[in-house]
Amino acid sequence: MPLYLAKRLLMMIPMLLGITLISFVVIHLAPGEPTDMQTDLNPEAGIELKNRLRAQYGLDQPLVVQYGLWIKRIAKLDFGTSFSQDRRPVWDKIVERLPITILINVLSIALILVFAIPIGILSATRRNSMFDRWTTLFVFIGFATPSFWLALLLMDYMGVYLGWFPISGIKSLGYEYLTRGEQIWDVIHHLMLPVMVSAFGGLAGFSRYMRSNMLEVIQQDYILTARAKGLSEWTVIGKHALRNALLPLITILGLSVPGLIGGSVIFESIFAIPGMGKLFYDGVMMRDYPLIMGILVIGAFLTLIGNMLADVGYALADPRIRNK
Amino acid sequence: MNLIRIAVVLCLLCLLPACRQQEPLYGEESSDSSAAVGDTIIMGTIGDASNLLPMLSSDSTSSTVAAQVYNGLIRYDKDLNFEGDLAESWQISDDGLTITFHLRHGVTWHDGAPLTSADVLFTYQLLIDPNTPTAYSERYKQVVEASAPDPYTFIVRYDKPLASALISWGMAIHPKHLLEGADLDSTPLARAPIGTGPYRFIEWLPGEKIVLERNENYFEGAPYIKRIVYRVIPDLTTMFLELQSGGLDQMGLTPLQYARQTEAPAFKRRFNRYRYPAFAYTYLGYNLNRPMFQDKRVRQALTFAINKQELVDGVLMGLGKAATGPYKPGSWPHNPDVKHYDYNPQKAAELLTEAGWVDSDGDGVREKDGVDLSFTIVTNQGNDQRIKSGEIIQRRFQQVGVKVKLRVIEWASFLKEFINPSNFDATIMGWSVPIDPDGYNVWHSSKSNPGELNFIGFKNKRVDELLELGRRSIDQAQRKVIYDEFQQILAEEQPYTFLFVPESLPVVAKRFRGVEEAPSGIMHNFIRWYVPTAEQKYQR
Repeated sequence: MPLYLAKRLLMMIPMLLGITLISFVVIHLAPGEPTDMQTDLNPEAGIELKNRLRAQYGLDQPLVVQYGLWIKRIAKLDFGTSFSQDRRPVWDKIVERLPITILINVLSIALILVFAIPIGILSATRRNSMFDRWTTLFVFIGFATPSFWLALLLMDYMGVYLGWFPISGIKSLGYEYLTRGEQIWDVIHHLMLPVMVSAFGGLAGFSRYMRSNMLEVIQQDYILTARAKGLSEWTVIGKHALRNALLPLITILGLSVPGLIGGSVIFESIFAIPGMGKLFYDGVMMRDYPLIMGILVIGAFLTLIGNMLADVGYALADPRIRNK
Repeated sequence: MNLIRIAVVLCLLCLLPACRQQEPLYGEESSDSSAAVGDTIIMGTIGDASNLLPMLSSDSTSSTVAAQVYNGLIRYDKDLNFEGDLAESWQISDDGLTITFHLRHGVTWHDGAPLTSADVLFTYQLLIDPNTPTAYSERYKQVVEASAPDPYTFIVRYDKPLASALISWGMAIHPKHLLEGADLDSTPLARAPIGTGPYRFIEWLPGEKIVLERNENYFEGAPYIKRIVYRVIPDLTTMFLELQSGGLDQMGLTPLQYARQTEAPAFKRRFNRYRYPAFAYTYLGYNLNRPMFQDKRVRQALTFAINKQELVDGVLMGLGKAATGPYKPGSWPHNPDVKHYDYNPQKAAELLTEAGWVDSDGDGVREKDGVDLSFTIVTNQGNDQRIKSGEIIQRRFQQVGVKVKLRVIEWASFLKEFINPSNFDATIMGWSVPIDPDGYNVWHSSKSNPGELNFIGFKNKRVDELLELGRRSIDQAQRKVIYDEFQQILAEEQPYTFLFVPESLPVVAKRFRGVEEAPSGIMHNFIRWYVPTAEQKYQR
């Protein structure tokens, strides 16, 4: 096992390099440059100014040199300074957006699991029943509903009309004057709508996975054996079937790891949440190369780690694989 | 059966008349409505600010915030005339080459340090420093000599008179004592500015909000409203919902919101809406390097074929004006007496026939020497008004036998591949209109190189002369004559079809009093806005 892990970790280095090289080339292929924000269609900006700004950003050097410089910095874990007009360190910009993004994603995955697993189990054990059909319909409606549309409807109805929830943002105006308990409630209150909306769309995938895993498992001989032993249905499903049906979920959860730091631009814009999705989108729109690269590297790293964790987790959970 | 029953229950659930949110009672006229200090105004903005050192940023949120934190030497008043800001007065020498500013006495920075002419000189030096990553340096490079002979006098000398020289000193003055020797890329002042303006900076939560608080020592008198919060809400629909729910006090409406969503009495009870022409116009520009557009009769015909009022009604819901030239209607440079092109498809057809474009093969498209009168209009993605205008124009052109394709392209590619290299037939774009009428960079023939702003390749000798004269003259009456003629030539030549001037549509919660609409907008007297004590919403 340790050898396997070491191998996997070593393999990640060339993979990461490859990913960064491709990303670097691709984002530079897109027309436009960070300095354009300041100079394009600006009556004041002459050619000379454009060239001076480009030189200040190091954009006048060949692409290979720019990539080399970037790699040199990243090797020291220095993500560089943003090319946007705020000139802040990329790392700071990412770190201040991470907590809220991760919080929302973790909450919504948790919410999805809490609902999807029981839905999947019940649909499988009562296959083709009324419950199965209705939940199937329900989760697919969730899957097919555009989240921005649902979000706006809920905001209008529950936020403006009923006044139950705050509409956007993550904190109230007088947040700093609240007590600790009130502050926590305030944030939870703000997060309810966004988490609900984002979980609704994700129900379908997980519950269908759960359902098909479960279906496969309950047709196995050992379930027949368990039933033949006279175990209660609860024990058969809850103890013997569920454990095996949950195994593939480890892989899916592993693949969700990079998703934890990602966010949807539309979603974040609608709810005015300062998260990673918006940061990345704005970065792309402004051709803020260091920021784009920074987020991509972290994303790539987490994807690779997530894959590895999934494999390891699977091996730990399933003796058949571990012993191979 | 079951299905139907459940469906019915679901429908009932949706219709359930749940307890409606109580409407706050701000519109109520209270007994005491005299000016009082206090309350917070929450303004919605689409994007976060980027940098609060004004010379380093070019986005609108940054400049909106900076306008409350900093002052320039002079500014435009509500009627768009010059007025002293940090400068108490100024003189322009008879030859128009030297400007002497006399600074106000007793102005202090938010940290208590006094403002002197050394700060002004320092700001100027920073602007022209090649290491400063600013996009505003060009105008200041025209200065041949700047000096600060005493703490309250600042003198600049030019070698040629420059009409826009005076307003260039509306640039925010930056604090020397905090920025001297500092690295502009990493100075904390970019995130926590210190200025001389009516509001002091308090906090900035990136992507969330920026908070300012009243400067009690402001030299024009302390503002009434205690605090300004700029809330970042990237989506206009959300912003509108926030406004309705009371989470915002001010925002700019879209024409659709103004016309269709804010007419209800419940809305009008709580908010005041304003409308006035924006400093901008949208146009259809013809690439004059293309042979088919070189005949001015073709361009005139195309303008005749467009129903501008239809665009205003359809695209702006009637909240705008048909444009006739590059200046804002009602502003001093605007010349209403130019050739008008009221919608007239017959006239358009006649002109096209006269120019030799005839539909001889009966396919509905005119041709000349075997070439169809067909071209592509390009515009950028993300601007609905331009795209809709393009679609309406497309149909109108088709009616006079002109075939048009519309292509919508992502902004950066649009500029790089089409506009900058002048690689397009026609384009729908917009310009914002500066208050000074100098149009040299957009219309002068020398500015038609790749990447410059005369990308349609307009070349007219008389216009060149007028533009050169106009920017070197500092007498407004004289400039008026010059720019009147300039507009007449543009109207005759129709290098652009000037389409429309949209309107600014701000809305402000009713509890704010003293809001006054003027040619410059509503923000000119912001420090005099107030909320009567009884109606104040935020106590802290």
